[in-house]
Amino acid sequence: METNQAKRFLFPRWANYLLPVLVVAAVGGGLYVPVVVGLGASPKTIDVGYMPQQPVAYSHELHVGKLGLDCRYCHTTVDNAAMAAIPPTQTCMNCHTGIRTDSAALAPVRESWETGKPIEWIKVHDLPEFAYFNHSAHVNKGVGCVTCHGRVDQMEEVYQAKELSMAWCLDCHREPEKYLRPREQVTNMTWKATDHPEFAGLDEQEAQRRLGLMLKEQYHIRGKTYMESCSTCHR
Amino acid sequence: MSTVTPNYGYIPGTREIDNTVDHPGHRAPLVLGGKKFADVTDTVTNVAFRPTTWAWRISFVVALSLLGLLGLTLGYLITAGVGVWGNQQPVSWGFPIVNFVFWVGIGHAGTLISAILFLFRQNWRTSINRFAEAMTIFAVMCAGLFPGVHVGRPWLAYWLFPIPNQMDMWPQFRSPLLWDVFAVSTYATVSLLFWYVGMIPDLATLRDRAKSVPAQIIYGILSLGWTGSSRHWMRFEKAYLLLAALATPLVLSVHSVVSFDFAVSQLPGWHTTIFPPYFVAGAVFGGFAMVLTLAIPARRLFGLKDLITMRHLENMSKVMLATGLIVSYAYVTEFFMAWYSKHHYEQFVFMDRPFGVSSWAFWTMITCNVIAPQFLWVKRFRTNVITLFIVAMFINVGMWFERFVIIITSLQRDFLPSSWGVFVPTWVDICMLAGSFGLFFTLFLLFIRFGPVVAMAEVKTVMPEAHAHSGPGGTSLPDEKKSDYWPDESAK
Repeated sequence: METNQAKRFLFPRWANYLLPVLVVAAVGGGLYVPVVVGLGASPKTIDVGYMPQQPVAYSHELHVGKLGLDCRYCHTTVDNAAMAAIPPTQTCMNCHTGIRTDSAALAPVRESWETGKPIEWIKVHDLPEFAYFNHSAHVNKGVGCVTCHGRVDQMEEVYQAKELSMAWCLDCHREPEKYLRPREQVTNMTWKATDHPEFAGLDEQEAQRRLGLMLKEQYHIRGKTYMESCSTCHR
Repeated sequence: MSTVTPNYGYIPGTREIDNTVDHPGHRAPLVLGGKKFADVTDTVTNVAFRPTTWAWRISFVVALSLLGLLGLTLGYLITAGVGVWGNQQPVSWGFPIVNFVFWVGIGHAGTLISAILFLFRQNWRTSINRFAEAMTIFAVMCAGLFPGVHVGRPWLAYWLFPIPNQMDMWPQFRSPLLWDVFAVSTYATVSLLFWYVGMIPDLATLRDRAKSVPAQIIYGILSLGWTGSSRHWMRFEKAYLLLAALATPLVLSVHSVVSFDFAVSQLPGWHTTIFPPYFVAGAVFGGFAMVLTLAIPARRLFGLKDLITMRHLENMSKVMLATGLIVSYAYVTEFFMAWYSKHHYEQFVFMDRPFGVSSWAFWTMITCNVIAPQFLWVKRFRTNVITLFIVAMFINVGMWFERFVIIITSLQRDFLPSSWGVFVPTWVDICMLAGSFGLFFTLFLLFIRFGPVVAMAEVKTVMPEAHAHSGPGGTSLPDEKKSDYWPDESAK
């Protein structure tokens, strides 16, 4: 029963619960919103695992992993152009004029071959237009394909393995020595720093660090100022 | 020894008191019209509870239309992009920053009145502090709007704050633009707290006077269950004093930091060390002009003449005169330094301002900010609402033009003649400026309608009735009654 005193000041009893509700909303919301937005909208959540269905069921696992094709057999321009070329139908037909000529899965390839209309592959690793990225600059300075694209040799269908966010780019631009490898090992999917004869006996991290520092010197990889400058990637 | 009877400022032949008269040995009354405690409460709560007047409705419709205009131009701006503004190289700051500095400046009078005058025990602040604080909040809201859209992509405006993100990108901590984000948001937070905490006892009064149950509950919750017990008052006064102390440095810091946006750059006309004090004085100057612009019509339209008396208006005009002189001195100093520095570019800028392509803006500024306040030396002008209102309007215009002159002229004529240009505002610029006034006045009119527009509880503390034996020589006043100490008794 409300007393006269309580009535006089018209502060309903339920209003007392507004304070804990407010505190919970402020503290809880203050934690919940950044966590949900931070995790939910992060490229790790949104972009990693992006696997569009391609017009041809081409298996990297079979061609690279089992048959041992080199990346550059198809992506020919990767070491001398910004863009890693998507192979034309002709590249497929180098082999498929003789192998599995009546496979149903290859029907779209043969159709493209006959009509001359290219296969419309869907780009998986798609950077925004305001970010300038040059494949040749990276490949020629010892950044391995696997470092950014993951184990393509184990992918039945290619998907985006890394987040390709700015922070992720900067991880390497700030400490390239952690990721560099000899140029001739760039397309090797299973290479480790300890494979290098000079650092064979070492622990893997230490081997990578020493090799990386050596290669950084050898390949003239530029200093922090250039590697972290806005205009290096936003031209 | 002859006895001189003090006249306490009675206007001869009438019962009216001219409280602008200073009489030694007698404190000029701050509440007129023979008002008692209950009358003060009636006067203020009537504004909120009586049906709206036509004057209020017409002003509200005008303000709301301007707010609508702001909404439309904002929508157009966001869909079309900032190219619809007059901002173009070399003048990349243009109207949005002029308006931002203008509105932030307006806010300063509120904090000065509420915090500094409180600490200095300036009793006359009590009648005007509430709506000056409201003015501060609304002015800061108008100010915040402009940098928010000036970033170009307002949906990314949260980049202004250091929030961890997938880009590993942080704001530039060495940039005064970031300091500005902190300065203005701190200022907005503290001002809002100060305004709200100060309002609690008055919200309780509104609760007690409200007729409808929803209004009673809303005011009841907003007043946080205030009962007026001694314990409540003790805590309240402590909190208020602490907040005043917290807000005081902000009066100086906020506009100093705003001035760093310019002073820290190397542009002639911006790169000068007098900017912080000059900007603070200008902000207080412009802020008081805006308080007067609001107070003069409000006291007439809402019958607050006995609470916001001529003495209050006169005191504010004195503050305006003093800060106006500081601003004028700063203008002179700028020219002196340009001459004294023998710095080629600096000298050019200060020749360009009075005689160059935007000289009209410069002379508008001088007329409004240097010449107009000189009328306030004369008491007759200080105590006439019409002249006071005209001078205040001049200063409002002048202070906007001061920011225009600083920002636009310096950018129009930088180091390289080949990059010179002339700034021309577009209709979007003009509509957004007009629209920001719409936002300001809409919020202000709503506050007048629903809030306690004068700090009733505080006004009562500066009335003689609040102090027993407050008459001359410690005697009780002739009309001092028991009811004066027990306002609730007389209200029955």
